[in-house]
Amino acid sequence: MEIYLPIAEMSVNWALIVALGLLVGFMSGMFGVGGGFLTTPLLVFTGIPAAVAVASSATQITGSSVSGAVGHYRRHAVDVKMGGFLVAGGLVGAVLGSLLFRWLQKQGQVDVTIGIIYVLFLASVGGLMLRESVAAIRAAARGEPPARRARRPVRGLDRLPWRMPFPRSGLVLSPVAPFLLGLFVGVLTLIMGIGGGFVMVPAMIYLLGMPASVVVGTSLFQIVFVSAAATLLHATQSQTVDILLAALLLVGGVVGAQLGARTAARLPAERLRLFLALLLLGVAVRLLLTLTVTPAELFSIQSAAG
Amino acid sequence: MRGLALLLFLCLAIPAPAAPRLVTELSQSRIDISYRFAGAELLVFGAIQYPGGRTPREAPGIAIVVRGPTEAVIVREKARVAGIWVNRESMRFETVPGFYAVATTAPPRDLLDERNAAIYEIGVRHLQLSPVTSAGPDKVRHFEDGLVGVRARRGLFVEQPYGVRITDDVLFRARIPFPSAVPVGPYQAEIYLIRDEQVLARATAPLIVDKSGFERGMWLFAHQHGLLYGLLAVGLAVGSGLAAGNLMSRREG
Repeated sequence: MEIYLPIAEMSVNWALIVALGLLVGFMSGMFGVGGGFLTTPLLVFTGIPAAVAVASSATQITGSSVSGAVGHYRRHAVDVKMGGFLVAGGLVGAVLGSLLFRWLQKQGQVDVTIGIIYVLFLASVGGLMLRESVAAIRAAARGEPPARRARRPVRGLDRLPWRMPFPRSGLVLSPVAPFLLGLFVGVLTLIMGIGGGFVMVPAMIYLLGMPASVVVGTSLFQIVFVSAAATLLHATQSQTVDILLAALLLVGGVVGAQLGARTAARLPAERLRLFLALLLLGVAVRLLLTLTVTPAELFSIQSAAG
Repeated sequence: MRGLALLLFLCLAIPAPAAPRLVTELSQSRIDISYRFAGAELLVFGAIQYPGGRTPREAPGIAIVVRGPTEAVIVREKARVAGIWVNRESMRFETVPGFYAVATTAPPRDLLDERNAAIYEIGVRHLQLSPVTSAGPDKVRHFEDGLVGVRARRGLFVEQPYGVRITDDVLFRARIPFPSAVPVGPYQAEIYLIRDEQVLARATAPLIVDKSGFERGMWLFAHQHGLLYGLLAVGLAVGSGLAAGNLMSRREG
């Protein structure tokens, strides 16, 4: 069951990695998130070097997002115009992120920075989602019609220039807003090895005011491009993409993504958001513990070359 | 075992020199890392050739050191800042072997005095790691201990105080374990004959640890053609994603 990874330079149990891919793919198909926020920490947990885990999970995210995006595209649930601006921002963000990543690596603070950002984002996004979904489920239980959220961008966004229509989302919006959101998520993609869907999806709903029906597909659309760019940047700059590891993750990931999408179709949306919220909070608590509990290994060794 | 018998025969047959000599052999001169590599074990064996074939009364002391390529590393220590564990202090070491194993007939401190142990780097404690720092010896020691501890727990620094087996005071052998995360590069096995805290004879044998076949190809590809490698990775991801996506939506439709 052991297989040696040429770039990570260690052997792993391949069945475990495929199972990991399956689990993460399932989550990704179900919630429209890339699932990198699960893959990277889990890979590091199996002993794979953090840099290799970040880079290889970016490759896996590309695969599972393509797999998911295809289905959404066929159901016309992708706002390609909006996605284009998100991608443009995302590519700029990825390049900025790669510079930031290298700088943090030199300072020796890459792990703790990633850890803190993770906890902050997972906890705040998870908390918001939890509150919103519990309220929605309660309202449904009382037999009230679901609270109609005013579908419009948050205040202030309408002051940005070059407003233009986004017919598929039914919005008139400045392209600067999705560009900035994409840029921000692009930075996250590169330094954390995540697709950023868990930030992107709520931001598109609550900040840009996009309809829920196109949010997941558009998020996946952007993740495909930005994670592919992240893979290329990692491959050319740090040679940390382990293609064998990525392939093992992909095998499980693409299958899992399809199963997840099918499961999601059978569950009510607010229940789905509740599960995602709980998952995000769970991972946040787990990471908070690793940051605050005395680590088993106080020392770490980094090659001084490069 | 036939090798051992042959060595024994050779030792007895060849006219003995004035000082003792070591005749050694490795079970393999190359460790190949293939896709099924999950660690390896190297057998270091040989014989002591005494002048005139006269074996001394007391048992010989043997130390076997296997070391990998050295590199410069930065060791960081975590400390708690506002409740969170962050890397605080660091120290650079210029010559840290990626792998170091020592097997001896008795603990190194019983075989050798401090000076000789340091000269020949016998024992993990006696490695010359070349710290680059203006800090005092206590702090250097602290970071050295940290470095050694991490490497030891990963099986990259190995000490086997009674790891050398001696047969008939002439033949010796030791098994050196390599973990799967062993670094690649040129290695060297060093065998020392020790008596009265002095090194009487020394022999070395080269060893190569390298990736082979697919693993080697992939590694070279990744390092020599980064962009192409990246495109291949993306292509693989997009291809498998499209395949799965299309397959499933066709089944639905």
